[in-house]
Amino acid sequence: MCKVKGMRHLLATLAGKTIREVAKLRGGGSALPGLVAEKIDPGFLPRSLGSLPRGVVVISGTNGKTTTTKMVVELLQGQGLKVFTNRTGSNFTRGVVASALGESNLAGRLDADIAVLELDEAHAVHFVKLVAPRYCLLLNVMRDQLDRFGEIETTAGFLRRIAEATTGTLVLNREDPRIAALADAAGPNSASRAAAVQVRYFGLAPGLRPMFPSDDDMRSSAAVVGGPAPDDAAAAAATLREADVVLTACDGSAASFDVGGRRIDAELKLTGVYNVYNAAAALALARTVLGPDADEAALLSSLEDVTPAFGRGESLTVNGQPLDLVLVKNPAGFRLALRSFPAAGYRTMIAINDNYADGRDMSWLWDVDFESLAATGVDEVSGVRANDMALRLFYEDVPVGRVDTDLTDSLERFIDSAPDTPKRIYCTYTAMLALRRELGKLTNVEVIS
Amino acid sequence: METTGTTAAQGTDRPVIDLLQLYPRDMNIYGDWGNVLVLRKRLQLRGYDVRLHEYNPGDAFPPTVDLIVGGGGQDSGQNKIQADLLALGGRLKELADDGVPMLAICGLYQLFGNFFRTGTGEMIKGIGLLNVDTVAGPTRLIGNTVIESSEFGTVIGYENHSGQTFLKEGTQPFGTVTKGEGNNGQDGTEGARYRNVVASYLHGSLLPKNPAVADFLVRQAALRRYGSFDDAPLQVPFEVQARLDAAARPR
Ligand SMILES: [Zn+2]
Repeated sequence: MCKVKGMRHLLATLAGKTIREVAKLRGGGSALPGLVAEKIDPGFLPRSLGSLPRGVVVISGTNGKTTTTKMVVELLQGQGLKVFTNRTGSNFTRGVVASALGESNLAGRLDADIAVLELDEAHAVHFVKLVAPRYCLLLNVMRDQLDRFGEIETTAGFLRRIAEATTGTLVLNREDPRIAALADAAGPNSASRAAAVQVRYFGLAPGLRPMFPSDDDMRSSAAVVGGPAPDDAAAAAATLREADVVLTACDGSAASFDVGGRRIDAELKLTGVYNVYNAAAALALARTVLGPDADEAALLSSLEDVTPAFGRGESLTVNGQPLDLVLVKNPAGFRLALRSFPAAGYRTMIAINDNYADGRDMSWLWDVDFESLAATGVDEVSGVRANDMALRLFYEDVPVGRVDTDLTDSLERFIDSAPDTPKRIYCTYTAMLALRRELGKLTNVEVIS
Repeated sequence: METTGTTAAQGTDRPVIDLLQLYPRDMNIYGDWGNVLVLRKRLQLRGYDVRLHEYNPGDAFPPTVDLIVGGGGQDSGQNKIQADLLALGGRLKELADDGVPMLAICGLYQLFGNFFRTGTGEMIKGIGLLNVDTVAGPTRLIGNTVIESSEFGTVIGYENHSGQTFLKEGTQPFGTVTKGEGNNGQDGTEGARYRNVVASYLHGSLLPKNPAVADFLVRQAALRRYGSFDDAPLQVPFEVQARLDAAARPR
């Protein structure tokens, strides 16, 4: 590295680190120090991450990034690797810079073997221009915050840019046609890459596929006899691609995987079939990174120890009873969550905000099938758009208890009204943040910055 | 085509309304299913049985149709249905001229018009049921939207489209924009009206928060088939407050 560049790198590290300390004292956001370091030295990130011996992993997709990233990190750590990750959920380039600053020494050296980064689709495009990932794990493309990106095809285009920039191996969801189609980004004419890029898949056994509706067959099959015809062509195409890890069975937290042709049974700390499918994705990626050196027994025990990322199926204890917080942010995710968690025996609350981070368009609530809540009803409907949600439930004949746009009041009633019953709250992102703040006064809740 | 009666339908002599959703497989993004649910429920509450039909490319078109709903799609969805829609266009125009109420949202609104000219100059032919032209715009028009309509009062929804639609001679708008961009961000119009056809860029879904529009469609369907309609207002909870909440939100 030439002298001036080295100097600037050091300066950026110092300035960023100082601001990081100040920001911490003020309880401020995590992106500001990253912004400063980026401004002083745009080469900071390529140099910090470019020198990692095992390279950089980028994880992206609409649903499940945070939990999957956490799983991959813990699987690799369980194999003795030093892993750098953007743990605070700052999945923008600046957030990565900020995290890198925090874990660099004063000379700006990052002490890690590999970086595993969760990146927002659009921000990942910016990131891969700076740092070419050695591996990418692409989970799914679903309708999410279309008011920002416009169209699913636009989002799929973002993921294609990540795939095209990847130098080693693409790990792809075999069951999502838009993701599986990215395999051709590994082809020779996709980018000027030295070596051929490998493609590996994770997938579902055919019997589990109906649990994962794609956006293309989002419509409820219960609504119309027969429902929309399943896409037989897509299913047939999926079966032709051999997957490295296949989820073959899932019952609560017990899961079976077919891993490289062998059956592995695991008792996970994650519930919900969509979380368990993320575990298949994480396993496929970890096996790709580790190659033949993988210690399979250690991988399994790491996998069984993983707990969900904050807010993603997180279970708290309030007054001695479980209270589950389930983050919902798009129709496919909400539908999967409702299928994963039976309503019987639980009281249910739904909290819907429409702040920028949630997405302002409420149309998606009409593409979620709420039939599974009809028997128990929903005790509290809350959030800025509580009335939209309640109206949605009315049109599906789901009984509604109280409707209140004030989250604090709703939560208080929800907890007080049935002290001896387990509870579950489905909530959008900003509603979850607000609920966690309130719950922090009642129980021990992990603080996030 | 898939068809189902409501479960209570068999053996009763409640009047039946045949409701058809156009292209639910490819054109159902942005909560268009919500519009179907609302029409069905509001008919049921007034004593009608609803036979729900789905029409996808290649299906047989049902012989009796009282009410048609169609929605928006990704560009890829629009490509999949375009040839089928052109073949069906004559039938749909006949039905529209015969007074069949229709709701066409977003992508289907565009294809009900004369053409859609893409950013690369490609011409996608529409069925010309509505005398409107659409051209790709430089940016997407996205956000909460409020319009004033002489027929329906204040209409609340959410727009998300890159096509800019221009009303041609003789075509009336659905309403006038008071918040948001509307058809093209230039002339203040939103949507289009023709006979009993309502076309609009607004989803949200449109009908749950705009019962005046839902009841217009329901009323026209019943009047056309049975010559009468009991227009008793429905007491739907949360409806009024949901409208107020939505109208108060930032763009
Ligand atoms: Zn639209």
